[in-house]
Amino acid sequence: MSFKESALREPLIEGNKTYKDVTEDICGPTDGAPGKEWWILFVISVALLMYGAFCVTWFVYFGIGTWGSNKTVGWAWDITNFVWWIGIGHAGTLISAILLLFRQKWRTGVNRAAEAMTIFAVMCAGMFPVLHMGRVWMGFFILPYPNTRGPLWPNFVSPLLWDVFAISTYFSVSLMFWYTGLIPDIATLRDRAKSAFRKKFYGVLSFGWTGSAKHWQRHEALSLVLAGLSTPLVLSVHTIVSFDFATSVIPGWHTTIFPPYFVAGAIFSGFAMVLTLMIMTRRILHLEEYITMSHIDSMNRIITLTGSIVGVAYLTELFTAWYSGNLYEQYAFANRALGPYWWSCWGMMFCNVVSPQLFWSGKIRRSIFWTFFLSVVVNIGMWFERFVIIVTSLHRDYLPSSWTMYSPTWVEVGFYLGTFGLFFTLYLLFAKFFPVIAVAEIKSVLKTAGENPARTAELKAIQDKANQVDGVAVA
Amino acid sequence: MASKKFILGIFGDEDILLEAVPAIQEKGVKIHDVFTPFPIHGLDTAMGLRESKLHTAGFIFGITGTSIAFGFMTWANTFNWRTNFGGKPFWYVPGYIPITFELTVLMAAAGMVATFLYLCRLAPGVEKIIMDPRQTDDKMVVAIEIDEHSDVAAITVALKTAGAEEVNEKHIDNWYRYKIM
Repeated sequence: MSFKESALREPLIEGNKTYKDVTEDICGPTDGAPGKEWWILFVISVALLMYGAFCVTWFVYFGIGTWGSNKTVGWAWDITNFVWWIGIGHAGTLISAILLLFRQKWRTGVNRAAEAMTIFAVMCAGMFPVLHMGRVWMGFFILPYPNTRGPLWPNFVSPLLWDVFAISTYFSVSLMFWYTGLIPDIATLRDRAKSAFRKKFYGVLSFGWTGSAKHWQRHEALSLVLAGLSTPLVLSVHTIVSFDFATSVIPGWHTTIFPPYFVAGAIFSGFAMVLTLMIMTRRILHLEEYITMSHIDSMNRIITLTGSIVGVAYLTELFTAWYSGNLYEQYAFANRALGPYWWSCWGMMFCNVVSPQLFWSGKIRRSIFWTFFLSVVVNIGMWFERFVIIVTSLHRDYLPSSWTMYSPTWVEVGFYLGTFGLFFTLYLLFAKFFPVIAVAEIKSVLKTAGENPARTAELKAIQDKANQVDGVAVA
Repeated sequence: MASKKFILGIFGDEDILLEAVPAIQEKGVKIHDVFTPFPIHGLDTAMGLRESKLHTAGFIFGITGTSIAFGFMTWANTFNWRTNFGGKPFWYVPGYIPITFELTVLMAAAGMVATFLYLCRLAPGVEKIIMDPRQTDDKMVVAIEIDEHSDVAAITVALKTAGAEEVNEKHIDNWYRYKIM
C-alpha cells in the first residue's frame, strides 16, 4: 500500500486567538474615525456616484437617444454592464450557500463581505435594464398588476419577464440571508458599544438579539434552509439571464451551451471581484490573520476551475459553429475573431482563458501582487466577454444594409462609472459600520480551524506516529 | 411579582459548557436559558430543547408560492385574457416553470425569515434583557431563575463544580417590560 499522508491543514485563523481577540480584531475597525485610505477611497467613490447621477439625470431627461445604441445594435453598453454586474453578484451567494452545504470552513472568513458585495452588485445591475426602458416612470408596466388595458398581462413565457422575477427574488433572498446572518454580529457591536448613540444605533439594528440557545437553534435551521434555497436560486439567475440570449434567433446567441457557460462565467468573475475587494479590505482593516493566504489560495483554485470551464465553453462554441454547417453561425464567429471588433474577442480570450492558467502555479496563487493583478484582469476579460457576445453578434445584421458599428457616448460611460461609485460607496460604508467578517461564525470554527500550537503539536505527533508505521510501505 | 432574580453561571469554553449543562440539570436545577456568542452544536439536545419546526414553515410557504405563481399564470393566460405569444399554447406549462420556481423560493425564504423573527420575537428596536454583556462576546451564560424558595448555595455549588468561571446574581426590576426569551 502506498499513499502520502496529507500535511496538517493550515489554520484558517492565524495567531492563536481567543474569542475576545476575534471580537476586538473584527469589530475594532468600526470604532472611531476611519483612516486616511478609507477617506480617499470614499471621496473618489462618492465623486463617481455623483457623476453617474448626473449622467442618469441627463439621459432620463433627454431620452436614451443620447446613448450610442442604434437600430441594429439595440442592446449594447447597458446590457453588457447589466450582465457583468449580475455575474459579479454571484460569488457572495455561492460562497455563503453552496460552500455552507459543502461544509467548507474557509468560507467563514470571506462570506459576509462577499454577500454584501453581491447585494451591492445586484443593485448596480438592476439599474441598467430599468433605465434602458427610457421612460423609467413606466417601469411598473413589467409587473403583473390589474390594469385597464384588458387587463393585458405581461408575457409570462418571455425570458425578459423571467429576469424580472429572478433578479428581484435573488436580491430579496440574498438580502434576507445576509441580514439574518448579520443580526448576531450587530448584537456583539451593541454590547461592546461605549457611547449611548452607538448602543441605540446597533440596538435597533440588532433586532434585540440575545444569543439564546433556542434562537441559535432556529437561526441555524434558517441558515441551512436558506442556503438550500439559494443554491438552485443562484444557478437559476444566470441561467435565466443567458436565456435572454439563448432563446433568440441571433447567430452567436442561439446556443444551448449558454446556461452552464454563463453560470461558470458568473462565478469566475464574482470570485475575481471578491479577491480584488478582500485584498484591499484585509490590508486597510488589518485582517490578514482572518483572510489568510490559504483563503486566497482556495479562491484562486475556484478561479482556475471556472476559468477553465469558460475556456472550454468558448472552444465548444467555436467548434459547434464550424460543425453545425450553419453559414450564419460560422460568419458570426469568424466576425468575432477577425472582424472590426477583433480586439474585444482576443482581449476576452487572453484575459479569461490564458491568464487564469497562471494560477496552476502555487507561487502565483499565493502571491498578493499576482492575485490582485489577475483578479482585475479577469474582470476586464469578463466585461469583454459580454461585449463580444452582445455587440459583435448584433452589429452585422442579416441584411448588409443594416450593418453598423457601435461605440458608447460619454453619457453611457458616465452611467457605468456611476455604478462603480454606487458599489464602492456602499461597500465602504458597510466596511466602516459593520463587521466585514462573520464574527459568530469565526468563533464557531475557531477551535477546529484556528491556530493553536498545543493542538498542532499533538496532531503532529499522532501523524508522525502514523507515518512511521506506514513508513516501510511508503519507502 | 415585579422583579425576577437569576443566577448566572459564566463559562468560557463550549466543551466545558456542553458537559456542564446535563450535569447541572441532573442535580434538579432547572436551566432558564443559555446565552452564547456563537451557535454551539449539541447544546439544544443537551438542554432538551425540541427540534425546530422552521423547516415545516418554509415548506408551507414555498408550496404556497408555487400555487400562487402557477395558479395565477394559468388564470391570467387561459381564463382572464388570452394572448397569442408566437403561436405558443395559451396554457404553456414549460414556460411557467421559471417564474413558478422563483416565487416558490421567494415565498419560502421570506416566510421563513418572518417566522423566525416572529418566533424569536425579534424586530427593529426590540430591547431584551442582556444577562451579561459578555454573552455576545466571549462568554457563555447559563441563566437559572430563582425565587425565595430556591437553594441558592446549592445552585452556586452545582455551577462551580460544573466548571463555571464566575457565578453572579442578576436582578431584573419590572421584568414584564421586556421579553425575556
